[in-house]
Amino acid sequence: MSLDQEQVRKIAALAKLKIDDTQITAYQENLSNILELVDQLSAVDTASVEPMAHPLDAVQRLRADVVTEENQREHFQKIAPAVDQGHYLVPRVVE
Amino acid sequence: MEWEVVIGLEIHAQLATKSKIFSGASTAYGADANTQACAVDLGLPGVLPVFNEEALRMAVKFGLAIDAEIGLKSVFDRKNYFYPDSPKGYQTTQLHHPIVGKGHIEIELDNGETKRINVTRAHLEEDAGKSVHEGFNGMSGIDLNRAGTPLVEIVSEPELRSAKEAAAYFKKMHSIVTYLGICDGDLSQGSMRCDCNVSLRPKGQEEFGTRTEIKNVNSFRNVERAINSEIERQMDILEDGGRIIQETRLYDADKNETRAMRSKEVENDYRYFPCPDLLPVIIDQSYVDAVKATLPELPDAKKARFESDHGLSATDAAVLASSRELADYFETVAAKAGDYKLAANWVQGDVSAALNRLETTISELAVSAEQLGRILQLIKDNTLNNGGAKEVFNALLEGKGDDVDSLVDSLGLKQVSDTGAIEEIVAKVLADNPKLVEGYLATPVDKRAKAIGPFIGLTRKAAAGVNPQVVMEVLKKKLEEL
Amino acid sequence: MSDAMHTKTIAQISADLAAGTYSSVEITTDLLARIKREDQAINSFITVTEEQALAQARAADAARAAGNASVWTGVPMAHKDIFCTNGVLTTCGSKMLSNFEAPYDATIVENFNKAGAVSLGKTNMDEFAMGSSNETSYFGAVKNPWDHDRVPGGSSGGSAAAVAARLVPAATATDTGGSIRQPAALCGVTGIKPTYGRVSRWGMIAFASSLDQAGTMTRTAEDSALMLNVMAGFDPKDSTSMDREVPDYTATLNNSIEGMTIGLPKEYFRDDISAEMQQQVRNAIAEYEKMGAKVKEISLPNTHLAVPVYYVVAPAECSANLSRMDGVRFGYRCDNPQDIEDLYLRSRSEGFGAEVKRRIMVGAYALSAGFYDAYYKKAQQVRRLIKNDFVEAFKEVDIIMSPTSPTPAFKFGEKGGDPVAMYLEDIFTIATNLAGLPGMSVPCGQVNGLPVGLQMIGNFFDEARMLNAGHQFQQATDWHLKAPAGI
Repeated sequence: MSLDQEQVRKIAALAKLKIDDTQITAYQENLSNILELVDQLSAVDTASVEPMAHPLDAVQRLRADVVTEENQREHFQKIAPAVDQGHYLVPRVVE
Repeated sequence: MEWEVVIGLEIHAQLATKSKIFSGASTAYGADANTQACAVDLGLPGVLPVFNEEALRMAVKFGLAIDAEIGLKSVFDRKNYFYPDSPKGYQTTQLHHPIVGKGHIEIELDNGETKRINVTRAHLEEDAGKSVHEGFNGMSGIDLNRAGTPLVEIVSEPELRSAKEAAAYFKKMHSIVTYLGICDGDLSQGSMRCDCNVSLRPKGQEEFGTRTEIKNVNSFRNVERAINSEIERQMDILEDGGRIIQETRLYDADKNETRAMRSKEVENDYRYFPCPDLLPVIIDQSYVDAVKATLPELPDAKKARFESDHGLSATDAAVLASSRELADYFETVAAKAGDYKLAANWVQGDVSAALNRLETTISELAVSAEQLGRILQLIKDNTLNNGGAKEVFNALLEGKGDDVDSLVDSLGLKQVSDTGAIEEIVAKVLADNPKLVEGYLATPVDKRAKAIGPFIGLTRKAAAGVNPQVVMEVLKKKLEEL
Repeated sequence: MSDAMHTKTIAQISADLAAGTYSSVEITTDLLARIKREDQAINSFITVTEEQALAQARAADAARAAGNASVWTGVPMAHKDIFCTNGVLTTCGSKMLSNFEAPYDATIVENFNKAGAVSLGKTNMDEFAMGSSNETSYFGAVKNPWDHDRVPGGSSGGSAAAVAARLVPAATATDTGGSIRQPAALCGVTGIKPTYGRVSRWGMIAFASSLDQAGTMTRTAEDSALMLNVMAGFDPKDSTSMDREVPDYTATLNNSIEGMTIGLPKEYFRDDISAEMQQQVRNAIAEYEKMGAKVKEISLPNTHLAVPVYYVVAPAECSANLSRMDGVRFGYRCDNPQDIEDLYLRSRSEGFGAEVKRRIMVGAYALSAGFYDAYYKKAQQVRRLIKNDFVEAFKEVDIIMSPTSPTPAFKFGEKGGDPVAMYLEDIFTIATNLAGLPGMSVPCGQVNGLPVGLQMIGNFFDEARMLNAGHQFQQATDWHLKAPAGI
């Protein structure tokens, strides 16, 4: 499976990555090679095989509905790029 | 052309758990920004989710209440999209294996009939945070307190055929989740929100028209208004030969119109896949049965019981059963008074008028069900007449006291039913008003029933708190004797 | 005071501290000085926490003086920079987190702190653990102490090189597709990746959640057992953590190997692996036979599918795991974002390196509409087939052995142009992660003066047997004692 440049741009947009025009060919080539490697899977008969979600086929454990966390806003916001009045700041979001 | 309206609703109900769906942070409403957002809710590197057992139990409860298939195996998926109020860049939700499968509810139509609306599915997911656009110098502020609050998203089949039906469906769901106690139902705080999918098709056509989705409508009234305005907009376009664009819209209640959302991703490829940090949730039938045993009586059953056991009209029963608080209040009043019809009249009359006037809720009403029940008891044993009962009710509302019997005494509302005493008063009234008596006696016998009215008024004026029925009897007798 | 404290193992240091041969402050000071002196050449540390280390060392000495010492009290070690350390830079080898002082401790970091260990700092790694050569680190490549022109392996290359260069006796590491075993092999040290779910992932920055597992980098199997005693165990904060009893891994180190059945998968002894490489591994197997082990050829028929499965599953999971790196709440944010889209695009494009971007994009593609079934679902199905191969094999054998990597350490840039060539470096290690099994690498020989690793794959939760096998091998041979020139 090889990708065209349009597909590479589309995936990059989905992943919120900006790929310069100068790099696009390299990415196109790399990604196509990886997909070619992966394409070996299509030949495998998996008709009756259950997909594997967890190596041990374990099931979800449940947590008691108890409040265990305290306010750590100051501690957490010390590492934030921009905060104001306890809020994380981002360029204006238009809905 | 005649158009048929097709509506499906996606209702998000916040589950009333203490802690979040995947973290131990509090879900309480109204805290300072980001003070209830822990490392997990913030999506810090290295954090992991663990599923809240109460969220599971509540979702199963809901499924059982709408007679749905319960997913004995449910799986959390990641829905990938970037948005500042979605801290991980994905929402944890359930796509292929929801906790609740196909179910259904009944809604009441205007003509008194009921209509079954099928529910496609209901799944568990985490709520997002909030973006605040005012007060940040042209930037947006992100508050993640709400992020991770458990939601159950209830998806209906596109079987609603008018805005009114949609509103009735939303109300019914509201009533079910609040009956179950799994959601506080507070629409003003966003505890329940609704996305409305609306499309039109020529009457008789099977194929659906192109739909639009109105996001985040948060009141019963606005559901109806938003859908009606969207129907109108779509109809105008279609009548002019135009085409509807499939898009997400927002409802502006002030302008009563919908507008296209600008921020919605152009490419809606959410790349769902099973969340590898969470494992399949497996429950067995005995778990489901145990939850089933805890289900309270639900609105439909309660309504039916009010009609069959207590002889209420369908309309009265429907209103009184519409919310659990109201129904509980009503039943307490009725049990104490020993009269369901009298209680129904009072709850739908004076009580509901007071709620509207004071803009309060039944749980905050100053007159408790016990107190109202006592008032009705006093009506029943003739201690109070209707006017006196209203006075006591209002005195309680105004906080003038809280013991019904003391208020009856202090306000002098005890009804005089003693015939001897009333005879004396009546005799005085007749003696003081000879002209009226003359007029009465001149009235033909078949019209005297009406002519007796002024005497009743005069007697009650002369002595408040007399039992009108006794007054009537005494008056009739005395006037006959003249 | 010993003049060669840096050559000591955990077990020796623990005994020396108990005997009062030197104090924790003394060995900590000695190693910090050694790191300052030697690490410029190999770049195995991203952050050295000198003050904190000395404070921990003083506290440990005080605890010992008060009679409150246990095995780890005052023993120096280091953490791979993928583990969150409260108040200490935690970069994951990325520009994206180059300013990220984690606001909390990973569970295993907390475990070592509680055990009284002294952390000297954070070791270098491939960016977000994506790489097999340590060339993708934003903080520069790590050099292999055996030959500075060669890679140390990856992604735990910093931990492996630091241990090989005797800068620390032990370091934590993580393994998603071979990231402990391959660098351990290339640097001539010992490392174990436990069973998936054995060690908590809380606070370990996720690459591929269903494959990631924390483990050890040490010079001996005994030291790995000592580390695992601290690391292993159930953590209620990690839904994928298993609630099973943890044995004392040191208790069985001296068990006899007699009667142990070793499986040799024919698919792991491929023709394209050099004869010298294969010979080193066969020599090690012969050593086991001498100790009374039996050898059996087995087949793991889906081996060739492991790398393809991995390059769907790991990128898919990482594409979502790395979405939280968005410049909003922590980490790198681009200058003057014009709008929210610009904030995302530039923060992520400037913050991530090329290999990370490649994997995110492969993952996004594999999950995108119309491809999910063909890629992700298919890969999860084949993954089960790969696991089933092992389940069958372990009906007949107790342990599986093979080369850890197809070659010894290769030169920088040698596989730079083609990501696929780099991916094949993990051809023998990846299947273990897909199956969730424990894997280990111990030094078993040399080719052209470069170390070669023997890989052991154990049954689920059978770490003790592997550590036992590794320890017995190290009692009979001295490959684990060999050090790079000048040490």
